[in-house]
Amino acid sequence: MKNKKTLATPYLIWSAAFILIPLCMVFYYGFTDRDGNFTFQNIFAIQNPEHLKALWLSLLLSFISTLFCLLLAYPLAMILASFRVKNNSFIVMIFILPMWMNFLLRTLAWQSLLEKTGVINNLLTFFHLPNLAIINTPYAIILGMVYNFLPFMVLPIYNSLTKIDQNIIHAARDLGANGFRTFQKITLPLSIPGIISGITMVFVPALTTFVISNLLGGSKILLIGNVIEQEFTQTSNWHLGSGLSIVLMIFIIISMVFTAIFDKDGEGTVL
Amino acid sequence: MKLFRHVLLIIVSAVVLMGCQSSSNENGTVVVYNWGEYIDPEVLTIFEEETGIQVIYEEFETNETMYPKVEAGASLYDVICPSDYMIQKMIDNDLLQALNYDNLPNAKKNIGTQYFEMADQFDPGNKYAIPYCWGTVGILYNKTMVNEPIDSWSSLWDPAYAGNILMQDSVRDAFMVSLKLNGFSMNTTEEAELEAATKSLIDQKELVQAYVVDQVRDKMIGGEAALGVIYSGEAIYTQRENQDLEYVIPKEGTNVWIDGWVIPKNAPNLENAEKFIDFLCRDDIALMNFEYITYSTPNVAAQALIEDEEIKNSTIAFPDLSQYDNLETFSYLGEEAETIYNEYWKEVKSH
Repeated sequence: MKNKKTLATPYLIWSAAFILIPLCMVFYYGFTDRDGNFTFQNIFAIQNPEHLKALWLSLLLSFISTLFCLLLAYPLAMILASFRVKNNSFIVMIFILPMWMNFLLRTLAWQSLLEKTGVINNLLTFFHLPNLAIINTPYAIILGMVYNFLPFMVLPIYNSLTKIDQNIIHAARDLGANGFRTFQKITLPLSIPGIISGITMVFVPALTTFVISNLLGGSKILLIGNVIEQEFTQTSNWHLGSGLSIVLMIFIIISMVFTAIFDKDGEGTVL
Repeated sequence: MKLFRHVLLIIVSAVVLMGCQSSSNENGTVVVYNWGEYIDPEVLTIFEEETGIQVIYEEFETNETMYPKVEAGASLYDVICPSDYMIQKMIDNDLLQALNYDNLPNAKKNIGTQYFEMADQFDPGNKYAIPYCWGTVGILYNKTMVNEPIDSWSSLWDPAYAGNILMQDSVRDAFMVSLKLNGFSMNTTEEAELEAATKSLIDQKELVQAYVVDQVRDKMIGGEAALGVIYSGEAIYTQRENQDLEYVIPKEGTNVWIDGWVIPKNAPNLENAEKFIDFLCRDDIALMNFEYITYSTPNVAAQALIEDEEIKNSTIAFPDLSQYDNLETFSYLGEEAETIYNEYWKEVKSH
């Protein structure tokens, strides 16, 4: 028993150094001003119209992206789960393969694809079709989010679908339920933990991203992640940046609570 | 706050020290913090070969991203290359150490006195900075995509070029354009003038394709946009790549900037830092560097060595500044004014 506990030490050191201490520092900076005095000002700064607008836009864009991810991922996960081959993990691997390449590079690739003189528009011009002008607009950001976070939606749903006992589905069919009714009464309810966990895994990174909006939005669209990033890197006001991060954490905690309620057994989690 | 920074500093320096021990360089290291694409990589190799000092090289994209890293002391640098107003801010906040010119013979000999005089504005007595590059900020335009010769900042507000304009994504540069357009000083701290400039920038936003820094170069070469705000040093390079591009200093005036090498107070390798700066001031090295990065060099000995007559007499590389009477150099405006600028910039960006 004692040995088992010592095995956990590296993990404890890891979480202290890279989770606990940074978190304490964020809270310290968030609740102090430049002179080190205690203040709530950095938290209430979210009421500032620019910050509210950025937060609202972030919530909107990540909501839309999560919705798109869900609509795309569910059918895909069903198709993947229906391959009852021995090596269905191979098919899943093909799907994860793009994730082996750095996420920044993949987003940069979208930039060159979507540009005015980019690959897609060159092709469209070649076929005398109207050009696509979504680069540097919110649409490009949504596209980037959906593209980058889709695997995080597919995998948990796929996982919960493969765990459904086939006998239950057979039983439903035996008792006269048609395909749609079986889906509605059996498959969908049993895959809810996967859906919920997928929603969190897409919504949280989408809400906090600043790279995608910078690269595909031409720095014209300010999301809350960009505001925080700029407070740290450009304005060097770490206090305000930390304060806004704390506000953002509230939204993340809400979505985690949401997950915990629906996904009690951690069924949907892949990792 | 200081305590946290010290803890951070200790952790980071421990990591750095461990790194140093494992490498096999005989004469130590020099940690360089420079702008992106702002040196010929070959120069670093030659320096390492000649001196046996290992160069650890890091890059930044804007002065504003460089400053907090240096201020926090989270990483220790030996030599940094900030711009004029940022050097002034670092002097004001006691982050730099005075240079010992006895150890910088090439700098004393090769850098033109007129450039030291220019630097005197933000570094009185030239105590802290050795000029490295200088230039102007102007409009780079694609001749095939505009209808008339461009000579004014107002072209960047022309609806005819909607979606074809690239603006600088850094607060002082963006406000410089807007303040000059409105006929104000780019070092203003007057609320009314800043408000007018902010309004102009907001009006302009729907015409702007993107706010970028280093990407202006590639986007202009690729024909992505018709007009872009750019540093003069990039102009020669872009013209080499795309014949249709032309650089102009707008008639409303612009920013004359100087970037210089400084040594921060907490530099761990002072001696190597001096060697590095002096090495860059050697005429053959400065020439090599100029030919690679194409930013105007204040090194008169290197200027004399330029073989290509066209470049030597180029008005882009070495403009006759006496013909303009509305040029300015950025000065540091203090923390309060900086906050105001940042607030207004946020207003523009979130509009």
